[in-house]
Amino acid sequence: MSSRGRIASTWKYLFGDSAKAFGTLSLALLVLLAIVPARDYFREWLGFQKQYLRLISRRSDAASLGRRFQSGLQQVWLPEIGVVDRCTTCHVGLKEASLVDVKAQPFRPHPQTPHSLTEFGCVLCHRGQGTATTVEEAHSSTKSWEEPILPARYLESACGQCHLKLLTGTPRLNQGRRLLAQYGCVRCHTIKTPEGVTMTGADDPPSLEHIGEKTTREWIAAWLKNPQAYAGSATMPNFQLPDEDIRDISAFLIAQSTPYKTEKPLGAATAPSQDDAAVQQGSSLYGESFCASCHAMQNAAGILVGGNLGPELTRVGSKVKTDWLADWLRNPSVYDRDTAMPHYRLDSKQITLLLGFLGSKADSDFIGNTHLDTATPAQIEHGKTVVLERGCAACHEINGVKRPDNFAPELTLVGSRPLAKILFAPGVAHTLPDYIAAKIRQPRSFGNALKMPQFTLADQQVDALVTALLAQTGRAQTLPATLRVPARRPTDYHPAGRAGQLIEDMRCFSCHSINGRGGDMAPDLTWEGTSVRRAWLVDFLKNPNTLRPALIRRMPKFNVTDAEANTLADYIMTVYQTPEFDGDAIDASRFTATEVQSGKELFYGKYACQSCHIVDSKNDKGYIGPTLTQVGTRLSAAWMFHWLKNAQSLRPGTQEPVWKMNDEDARAITAFLAAQQGAPGRKAAP
Amino acid sequence: MMNRRMIPVAAATLIAISACTRHPGGAAGEKPKVFGAALISVSGEKQVGGVGGQLDQPLVVQVNDAQGAAVAGALVCFAGSRGVIVTPDHGITGSDGQFSANVSLGEASGHYQILVSTPVASGPSAQIRIDEIALGYQEMLGAKLNEIYCIRCHDSESTPERVSNHDNLNAKPHAFTEGSVLNAMSDADLVAITSHGGAALNKSAEMPPYGNMLTKSEIAALVAFMRAVADPPYPTQGVFYASN
Repeated sequence: MSSRGRIASTWKYLFGDSAKAFGTLSLALLVLLAIVPARDYFREWLGFQKQYLRLISRRSDAASLGRRFQSGLQQVWLPEIGVVDRCTTCHVGLKEASLVDVKAQPFRPHPQTPHSLTEFGCVLCHRGQGTATTVEEAHSSTKSWEEPILPARYLESACGQCHLKLLTGTPRLNQGRRLLAQYGCVRCHTIKTPEGVTMTGADDPPSLEHIGEKTTREWIAAWLKNPQAYAGSATMPNFQLPDEDIRDISAFLIAQSTPYKTEKPLGAATAPSQDDAAVQQGSSLYGESFCASCHAMQNAAGILVGGNLGPELTRVGSKVKTDWLADWLRNPSVYDRDTAMPHYRLDSKQITLLLGFLGSKADSDFIGNTHLDTATPAQIEHGKTVVLERGCAACHEINGVKRPDNFAPELTLVGSRPLAKILFAPGVAHTLPDYIAAKIRQPRSFGNALKMPQFTLADQQVDALVTALLAQTGRAQTLPATLRVPARRPTDYHPAGRAGQLIEDMRCFSCHSINGRGGDMAPDLTWEGTSVRRAWLVDFLKNPNTLRPALIRRMPKFNVTDAEANTLADYIMTVYQTPEFDGDAIDASRFTATEVQSGKELFYGKYACQSCHIVDSKNDKGYIGPTLTQVGTRLSAAWMFHWLKNAQSLRPGTQEPVWKMNDEDARAITAFLAAQQGAPGRKAAP
Repeated sequence: MMNRRMIPVAAATLIAISACTRHPGGAAGEKPKVFGAALISVSGEKQVGGVGGQLDQPLVVQVNDAQGAAVAGALVCFAGSRGVIVTPDHGITGSDGQFSANVSLGEASGHYQILVSTPVASGPSAQIRIDEIALGYQEMLGAKLNEIYCIRCHDSESTPERVSNHDNLNAKPHAFTEGSVLNAMSDADLVAITSHGGAALNKSAEMPPYGNMLTKSEIAALVAFMRAVADPPYPTQGVFYASN
């Protein structure tokens, strides 16, 4: 039978008469109608809900789990924050703490966090497509939806959308934000927080206006070739410049350099000696001056020891000119008005010793291979062109080169940059986090002509940076302002008068905070006047001894004169007073022997203060808190009394627990401590 | 119960062995020239990190021969799963007999086991299992609070940046990893001792009260952290077995 014949006979069989046609059409309609409920029946989420019911049926608390289970499509709808999340349709056990042993998804309970599902939904933190009801659409990126689920390694970025103040539980986000400032990312890229505040750098790149006085063209060239070869901890990235560019930039930088003062550098009074004994003496002075509080050096084992407030000094002898260093040590602010380095008031002999020691910290290999011929005007001109092209002035002040505005793309909304606008380098997975990570890790893999330099970062640092950048979402800008936890911003506090000048001159703010301005390396001094006794303060300023034996970073000796110490003490005692109570309210001379004795018992017994403090240097060993052998000469009785009641309210962040001691106990322990006057003429335990 | 727990381990073993036999034919220089007899963990074990993140220190293992001497040129394979990524997942030991790899943890908090294996000249390959710990938000908050308030006394190890006060105390504080002691204490007891000090549970007053300073959720976070790092593991934490 021909095919035409077969179609004709089938047609006849199905639609031969009106009854047949009616029956066939009804059947077809019935099948069509059945598809809809069938599709519904085979929905993925329904399968998960059935699986969940089977899972809980085997558990001892099946009845209560079953009561809380709600079948059908579930939805969290929060119009205020733009959340429509149906994730709980499949993730049915999110709120069931008793399922703690269930590790398989989608039934794993949600771990404890400060925010509840009903308040914030899911996608605000995890990304993904909240309205989707299939696994694929909800979690992966599709053409129409570009936000796949955020990998857990970057999850802290979600917190950063609202939390602009430092959050203890998000170390990766905190580190990332710190790195954005520390590595100067924000000097080329504008990044505004959701509060509208532009992030600022914390790396203090030096001005190059007088660079010729400080170092040589050879050093500049070697440094440009590879900053990390000079100092492993250097934050300056490698610009991967061709040798001609390095030659010409160094020529230009020397050519544009001007003298930083009218008179010739004073230099060292006597030539620094490099013999072992002198270097050893210089090394001791370096130690005694606590230079290591801010500067790091590699020790013999190659391990970096010291702080990172100032530059690493492992090879400083290969870098700076001796005359410049002598002037710098004499008073750093003459060369750099804004430096964090204090004015140490060193005498000529001390400067010579330090010059000898720092000069010995040289590495002949570093500059060894750099040979530069005298620069031609054409080379200098080309050097300036390269400096302009590479945006050097985004970080450094350079004579005749203006700071470029918006040198690199703004990153305020990088956390929700559409994938369609991104050009991926080969081998990079097509997700936003992978793109950002690849950009940070190897910027030039996206094209050799790109200007972004190569940073030296560990994998964890890259993760942290990606986390901080992913927090810069469009959503963060549109969330209600009431959800925002604002950043603590430094104040512009400037102490007044002669004491104010001294405080600035000695750069107290580099380590101490006062009235919301300053560093966090040393205690906050906002209420120091209420806290300490004047006589002790004057002594301490002249010769700071160590209060906390276990600390590495310590207060250096600034060699202040009696007059300077008195000026500072007068100011601190008058101005830095808490409004909460009167520092003189408790007269230490009126404590009775009974009170002292009972305080001693409380100190060693009920409160076991000796766990952390030393009063009796023979028997007590605790060294978390300051040594208290002469605390009676150091602190006012009223301060101690209030400290024992609530130290956190006096100095937020202190290690001292809040005791909420009753008045009687606090008074007795204060009496005992006030009696600790130390042996006359003896210094506190080292 | 034991049997059920052994299944994934056995599966992992098979996969690891097959991985170890699959790879050598690949890239040049990866063919094992030598076989060892045993594996030891050198460093990087029992590290604590955030969920999904890479651990700070690499995982370093060493292949030894029957006499306990390091074997260079032996093949080492890692198998971790449920999101644990070991890079590279296999390789040849260096001249010191060691091989190191970076570990990224899975997305859920808990213990993760990584199976390390090396082929032996004859018979089944030598294996060790290495535990790493992933912290979720709450445990991470506890870890950070621990660094601020607790570690100076509760950890007897000193670092240049942090001198331990452990040995200066009469009653020696328990390390938070000491599961043998802390697992037996209830959450309520741990919360009580942290909030009200040692004296509250008739223990040493050298442990001060933190209840006036830390919030309830912060103290709960500290307890969650203790549970997360306990060794042996706290019962409900569970272990993710290595498998593919």
